[in-house]
Amino acid sequence: MRVGVGLPGGIPGTSSRLIIEWARKADEGPFSSLGVIDRLVYASYEPLTTLATAAAVTARVKLATTIVIGPLHADALLAKMAVTIDALSGGRLVLGLAIGARKEDYDAAGIDYQKRGKRLADQLSTMRSLWEEGTVGPQLIRPAGPTLLVGGLSDHGYARMARYADGYVHGGGPPRTFARAADKARAAWLDAGRPGQPQLWAQAYFALGDDATIEAGRRYMKTYYAFTGPFAEKIADGLLTSAQAIAQFLRGYEEAGCDELVLFPALPNIYQLEQLAYILTALGRCVR
Amino acid sequence: MKITILGGGPAGLYSGLLIKKANPAHDITIIERNSADVTYGWGVVFSDRTLASFQRADYKSYEQIASQFVIWDTIDVYFRGARLHCGGHVIAGISRKALLNILQKRCLELGISLQFSREVNDLAELPAYDLLIAADGINSAARGAYARYFLPTIEPGKAKYIWLGADKVLDAFTFIFRENEHGLFQVHAYPFSGTASTFLLECDEASWLNAGLDKASEAENLAYCQRLLAENLDGASLLSNNSKWINFPTLKTRFWHHNNIVLLGDCAHTAHFSIGSGTKLAMEDAIALASSLEQHQDLETALNAYELERKPVVEVFQKAAAESQAYFETLKRYLGLDPVQFAFQLLTRSGRISYDDLKFRDVRFGESVDRWYMQKASDTQVIVAPPPMFAPMKLRGLIIPTRIVLLQRTGAATSSPGDTREGYPEVVQQPPGNVGLVLTELTAVSAEGRITPDSPGIYNAEQVAAWKRRVKHIYSVSPAKIALQLGHAGRRGSTRPRSEGLDRPLRGGNWQLLSASPIPYTPQSQVPKEMDRGDMVQVRNQFVRAAQAAEEAGFDLLHLDFAHGYLLASFLSPLTNLRNDEYGGDPERRLSFPLEVFDAVRVTWPQEKPISVALSVTDCMKGGFTVEDAVIVARTLKAHGCDMLEILAGQTTIDSQPAYGRGFLTAFSDRLRNEASIPTLVGGYLTTSNEINTILAAGRADLCIMEMTHLDT
Repeated sequence: MRVGVGLPGGIPGTSSRLIIEWARKADEGPFSSLGVIDRLVYASYEPLTTLATAAAVTARVKLATTIVIGPLHADALLAKMAVTIDALSGGRLVLGLAIGARKEDYDAAGIDYQKRGKRLADQLSTMRSLWEEGTVGPQLIRPAGPTLLVGGLSDHGYARMARYADGYVHGGGPPRTFARAADKARAAWLDAGRPGQPQLWAQAYFALGDDATIEAGRRYMKTYYAFTGPFAEKIADGLLTSAQAIAQFLRGYEEAGCDELVLFPALPNIYQLEQLAYILTALGRCVR
Repeated sequence: MKITILGGGPAGLYSGLLIKKANPAHDITIIERNSADVTYGWGVVFSDRTLASFQRADYKSYEQIASQFVIWDTIDVYFRGARLHCGGHVIAGISRKALLNILQKRCLELGISLQFSREVNDLAELPAYDLLIAADGINSAARGAYARYFLPTIEPGKAKYIWLGADKVLDAFTFIFRENEHGLFQVHAYPFSGTASTFLLECDEASWLNAGLDKASEAENLAYCQRLLAENLDGASLLSNNSKWINFPTLKTRFWHHNNIVLLGDCAHTAHFSIGSGTKLAMEDAIALASSLEQHQDLETALNAYELERKPVVEVFQKAAAESQAYFETLKRYLGLDPVQFAFQLLTRSGRISYDDLKFRDVRFGESVDRWYMQKASDTQVIVAPPPMFAPMKLRGLIIPTRIVLLQRTGAATSSPGDTREGYPEVVQQPPGNVGLVLTELTAVSAEGRITPDSPGIYNAEQVAAWKRRVKHIYSVSPAKIALQLGHAGRRGSTRPRSEGLDRPLRGGNWQLLSASPIPYTPQSQVPKEMDRGDMVQVRNQFVRAAQAAEEAGFDLLHLDFAHGYLLASFLSPLTNLRNDEYGGDPERRLSFPLEVFDAVRVTWPQEKPISVALSVTDCMKGGFTVEDAVIVARTLKAHGCDMLEILAGQTTIDSQPAYGRGFLTAFSDRLRNEASIPTLVGGYLTTSNEINTILAAGRADLCIMEMTHLDT
């Protein structure tokens, strides 16, 4: 299993300087990928343009969206932005798409929330075709275009993933929840007769430091996930706050067959990245 | 805090005493509609794990409860004159009355006010409270008053059941299955004291009506049950406590608290009695609520934490209970099983206990299952037997050495398979020694029948020669038998390799597609030609020629594809067959062309060699092909000489998708195998010997596809 780190762009108040510095340091660090998350009606950075910026200051790390809310975008425009980032980064884009969980994002974008599932299914096949046929440029760096992942937990989500994508990206939770989802993804993949195995990606949040720092991280989690109602508390409880917790978590995900786990910060502070890099190196999980 | 608890059952009493114990400053009143000594029901059961949690929560009441326990570890199954024992299941029973007495006394000791014989119909009658705990059962007045916030749903079960006692001491948890002239009755019975046992009787509505139990008085009911179970009661009497036949109501509640009202136990959820967890869940709710109130200052946070902790746990039990309930409601399906297999199926019904668990709990029972399976499979007496997956299977003249099937998933085979050493992964080159059957990937009967240009085929001399070499090679390195999966892609043909995604049309060089009706598979797909009679004759003849070629190449078994929306499947589903001629319309007509192909192949294929069919048993869509349809198709195919079915689901259209997961096809296989009495082969992402042995021993399938993809990790 490879380990990546998320950019702090989802945390309100993050400075643009920190994003650039974070991306640079991640590229120099033990990480395999740099992740972004998506939320429209929120004081967060837009994920694809953020990755385009990150592409310019990095040379090595994969640039992954875990995830972008696909149906909010027009297919052709999304296809073009993705293939552009892939070209600018020398083929480092991993595009994770999902339907998201908030109606307000759809309302703000003027997209019908009810039809989001079907829109994503159509979008996946349309984007593949647009890339391969060269309808939208620039020219592909890889024959099939950027790596395409699908997230989402409904039964149809897994079928969609197995039909068009290269793999599955998990939304978060303890290793046993991931293991069940991974089984579903593999079952759907084999049933579809796709060769090999689906790539399995996942994400989690971390906050490292003294009690006050950890508490601030928890507050961010509760605020960010307030839309899930009482589950925000549960999600905040899953925050990884020590080297030991990270070690166990990585082990659990690795045993469940995860290919790449992206750890997102709950605090916009470069110290968080440095601590995580230190821990991963100590755990022998350095990809460099 | 001033706390009012509605309901003096185990949930209400236990929560009251635990909360008071943690903080004696709370002012707690428990209100119960019945008098102190009236109790409905007989005994209740707890597992050893539940007992441990009681011990931690309140040692004083635990000590008293433990002193009155009846503990046993055996489950007995009486079926068709046989009595089977399976040990190692630690279960404890206690009289409900004794339990309530202990809890009541402990409440009084802690200074809780108990008010009996007080019915509360309107919450406004209650004096002011800071927290109202609703533990007043399934018909809760409190939940009813705020139903629009709690959002409860109640689903009545299909079966009728009655809760009786008996002055007989059983020495095991006992399942009794009894057939008489009125129908089938099953009994769940267990001891709960040194003098008595609980007897829960259950039957379907038809049996209940046939026996006239709908019109019977309490005494007549009791007399009927007494006669029915005379043999097991052995002179003891059944006892009634105003007992009535009812349908088990399953209650689910969306939210468990609203402002300062919280739901507990049966008031929030019920789970079918066959997994014996009602009182256990209620008392665990009480433990969770008490500890949450102790931990959190803020009431809303505490109630939230309680709900978050308990709801997922309860949902897991409700799911297992639903599986168990469905099992008992469809029990007739399994009456043809031998007693050993019947008992194994019963014990593993909810999916929580597996082959390995049973073997660990009771090695004698486990070994008797292995022995029975091997004897049945090989028709010889054995002293010791390996697990079921290593038993042989006989289909006509073919003996498949083990129950493990290896499905070739190459994804990149060539249309003219050349040297056996090319293009196939190691695992297919040389099947592991314990594989019983190698199943090829879908092989086309014609060039037009290919899925992709690279799909394997068996329609020209070069291909037949290559298959012959491959079969010979596998025979030279493995004892496994070899099955050819034969089919026609229909409207799913002419696509790119699946490494580029599913059902994506070729960029160029497409060939014309055939299907039952001219409906494209995806919006991007080519519109297929609606097959006319000429096309049908041609396709039928292609299958016949392919079968002859398969015989020439040396295959042992022919596996015809009627699944996943390919050509023959397109005739079966009403979603894809819109024809008005004799090949469309009712299920029988939709089967007629696939059956014509089957018959033609069956005549050609050597009599001593078996044929199996891969069938999508459900479209998983409204208005589509259903499992009921599949049972009829399976019976017809069997009558026409089909020896086995492979169970698949979905892919009829792009929206037709089963709920994926580990073993997602097992329940379908169970149903087809036992309702249509036909052997089945099932996959559905099975990766462990435990899953496969459980499926085989329970009679849910006869052969299992084991995924080998994980072997490299």
